[in-house]
Amino acid sequence: MARITVTVNGKSHTSDVEDRTLLVHYLREQLNLTGTHIGCDTSQCGACVVLVDGQSVKSCTTLAARCDHASVTTIEGLAQDGTLHPLQEGFWECHGLQCGFCTPGMIMSAYDLLQQNPNPSDDEVRHGLEGNLCRCTGYHNIVRAVQYAAAKMRGEEVSAPNV
Amino acid sequence: MTSETTKPMIGRAIKRREDPKLITGQGNFLDDVKLNDMTHAAVLRSPYAHARILSIDTRKAAALPGVVAVFVGKDLLDVNALPCAWPAGGFKNNMNTPRAMAVDVVRFVGEAVAVVIAEDRFIARDAIDLIDVDYEPLAVVVDPEKATQAGAPQLHENAPNNVVVEWSAGNREGTNRAVASAEVVVKERIVNQRLMATPIETRGSIARYESSTNEFTLWTSSQAPHVMRLLLTAFVFGIPETKLRVIAPNVGGGFGQKIFVYPDMVFCMWISRKLGRPVKFVEDRSENFKSSTHGRDHVTDVELCGTRDGKITGLRVKTYAGLGAYLSTIAPGVATTLYGRIITGAYKIPNVSIDVIATYTNTAMVDAYRGAGRPEASYLIERIVDRFAVELGMDPAEVRRRNYIPPTEFPYDNGLGLLPYDSGNYAPALDKALANVGYTNLRQEQAALRAQGRYIGIGLSSYVEICGVAPTAWANGQGWGAGLWESANVRIHLTGQVVVTTGSLPHGQGVETTFAQIVADELGVPYDSVLIEHSDTAGTPFGYGTYGSRSLAVGGTAMVKSARKIKEKAKRLAAHLLEANPEDMIFADGKISVKGSPDKSKTFGEIALYASVGASMPEGEEPFLDETTYYDPPNCTFPFGTHISVVEVFPDTGAVEVKRYVAVDDVGNIINPRIVHGQLHGGIAQGMAQALYENAVYDDNGQLLTGTLMDYAIPNASMLPDFEISHTVTPSPVNPLGVKGAGEAGTIGSAQCIMNAVIDALSPFGVRHMQMPATPEKIWHATRS
Repeated sequence: MARITVTVNGKSHTSDVEDRTLLVHYLREQLNLTGTHIGCDTSQCGACVVLVDGQSVKSCTTLAARCDHASVTTIEGLAQDGTLHPLQEGFWECHGLQCGFCTPGMIMSAYDLLQQNPNPSDDEVRHGLEGNLCRCTGYHNIVRAVQYAAAKMRGEEVSAPNV
Repeated sequence: MTSETTKPMIGRAIKRREDPKLITGQGNFLDDVKLNDMTHAAVLRSPYAHARILSIDTRKAAALPGVVAVFVGKDLLDVNALPCAWPAGGFKNNMNTPRAMAVDVVRFVGEAVAVVIAEDRFIARDAIDLIDVDYEPLAVVVDPEKATQAGAPQLHENAPNNVVVEWSAGNREGTNRAVASAEVVVKERIVNQRLMATPIETRGSIARYESSTNEFTLWTSSQAPHVMRLLLTAFVFGIPETKLRVIAPNVGGGFGQKIFVYPDMVFCMWISRKLGRPVKFVEDRSENFKSSTHGRDHVTDVELCGTRDGKITGLRVKTYAGLGAYLSTIAPGVATTLYGRIITGAYKIPNVSIDVIATYTNTAMVDAYRGAGRPEASYLIERIVDRFAVELGMDPAEVRRRNYIPPTEFPYDNGLGLLPYDSGNYAPALDKALANVGYTNLRQEQAALRAQGRYIGIGLSSYVEICGVAPTAWANGQGWGAGLWESANVRIHLTGQVVVTTGSLPHGQGVETTFAQIVADELGVPYDSVLIEHSDTAGTPFGYGTYGSRSLAVGGTAMVKSARKIKEKAKRLAAHLLEANPEDMIFADGKISVKGSPDKSKTFGEIALYASVGASMPEGEEPFLDETTYYDPPNCTFPFGTHISVVEVFPDTGAVEVKRYVAVDDVGNIINPRIVHGQLHGGIAQGMAQALYENAVYDDNGQLLTGTLMDYAIPNASMLPDFEISHTVTPSPVNPLGVKGAGEAGTIGSAQCIMNAVIDALSPFGVRHMQMPATPEKIWHATRS
């Protein structure tokens, strides 16, 4: 057992966790933040991606104990004061999701991608999201969604591409 | 969060009303459901593909602190095996279905042997490692053809040579004569490899039992909650249907895998009753791969014959279809009716003969996976037609054009026991695809690049598929054990809000949005005033669920018909209030007015309030606007299209780059183009993945070698191209919406499109066929042999 203090979506939590508890299980089971999903058991699918101290990590391969004194952002913490983050807006506007199960992880990975590269090419978006699997969209509209958000975050006028 | 009020809504690419919760982490998927006092299940699964269970010792597991109970197959003998609802009609089926857990013999790796129930999922997982099982391994067969050969291990006593059913259709003698006398015959062995559906949300079940009322509630990640309720109560538990409520929470992708009844549904229900506590089980990914259903697994010998000038005169097919160790819910029907009866694709072929030998193997069960039988059929005919074109030295577009069913022959009967193809016009879709891709220039460019040692391939695929699968009477003749109609209830509340309940349900298709668009237009009410309710057997009329691209064609039509009944009643009530004849009433723009006197009118809202208060109804009328329809269509629908891909193959590495993917799909009328395009993108991605990446592989001992996402290559974003989608529109005459269905079309059109391009690129190396997936290793070897 370890006692950890973690800031999650701006709120501090002090919790006892088993040494083996994974961050994703801590978030889902102990904090009841079920927006972060589990889609595999080998760190391939990326449905569990969250930000730890601003960087995207797969929470299914991160021990909760390692996040002592860290700041974690999950999909639940992305919208501010009821306003969707440009990535959330982009996924909605561009039909970047279908079943929505991979979406939280996809958005969190894209968040990190755009922090590092605010003006990516389509190819850079595709490679930047290699660690996230979507079975519904074929990724076509996910690329559009990320580009929508990138443009908006750069302060440009944006609209969803025509169908 | 939407405020879409402009009419008409049909045809508009509005964004989905489903999305706000999903993009903010508020979706409620199965594993997000938590109940008071809930226990957690973990499953011990067989490591052997075929073995006798000699003994199971659960004592150490049961003694682990936090473990509540341990159960084995013998504990659950008071409930029946899972049912198979679709044996192949008109043929003898040797049926064997799985129990919730194996009792004496395990027949595939991953079959459940014991279940541990514990206070949390981690303790349950720890405990399964403490169970000792003594197995006596038996001989194994995994290949669907080898399973039928002399000396093969036998899986079931009632299935000699492991045969489930020997099924045939067509005209054997005529076809034999056509092949024997043809100017040109091409033949090929074509494998449609085993695939794993891989919804990113795995499957699972949560069951709760109320002892005071003897009622179960089952939350399960399902495409067909009403069917689950029927099968689990009437067939497995032998209890009244009313004693089970099934709820599908947000479903994280299905692709067919979540249509079926599964062992975890049974053991969670049974154990929840036994313990008096809720039981939760959610698969991990490796369990999903080992134990939930797979798709495809066909080995086929095909011959196609024709004339030197490109006319196809005959098609002879013999397929071994592996169905796994037991029959899943609709497995035999998928391998026979949904495959063999559409084997002629887009072509008019005078002589056709098809045999399907469906077999048991020591593998996970095989059942419907996106397209279900139709991708296998479409892949086969489109590969062999391409092979025919190469043999003739004729352009593959021209061979296709010469053999299309002419538009004048619809409705068209292909002679294989289908209902007639509803409508079609295939050449315009081909022409549009050729134009969009710039075909003539492309062929010239291909030749020029080839001279420089670069290998470009152009692949075509013209597909036809069966959607909106129905009507019930025809399906029953095919062995389908229930109905295939769909239901919808439309009711108008006092405030004019429209509540629609349906037996169809989404798992990514956006049907809440699409259905609301339809109903808003039909009733002339604001889109936002239409609420679509689904996925809970307690709140919706019985329906058969969402699969086979049927939700819009069948479920949507039920909704339209209910809305029209509402309109008729509203007209009668308005006529009463306005002292006019019901026949003289016009329903338009949310108002009911008297023909010729537009000032004499009532709004729909006024009529709704009047009807729902019901104080002074005309004689013979009941209060409330509330209408239900159970709609059984007269036919299936038959979407079609032509896809063209351009690939480059790199002989040094064996790599394939998909440079263009152009699709022209005719799915009939389109309600929401954005959603339809999304469906096509995802469908194409799955077919492309079959062509290039995915392959579920068992070794000869029945071990699944592709048991994780490290080994089973579903594509990531860098492995797929952009898709260029357009349409022709040939409305279906079958339903009032004129829609055909779009959920599976992409998958049905795409695998062969890519393979035809890869093989075209490799033609300078003498390659005439290659089995999927076209991996770099295969291509590298092909360029060197």
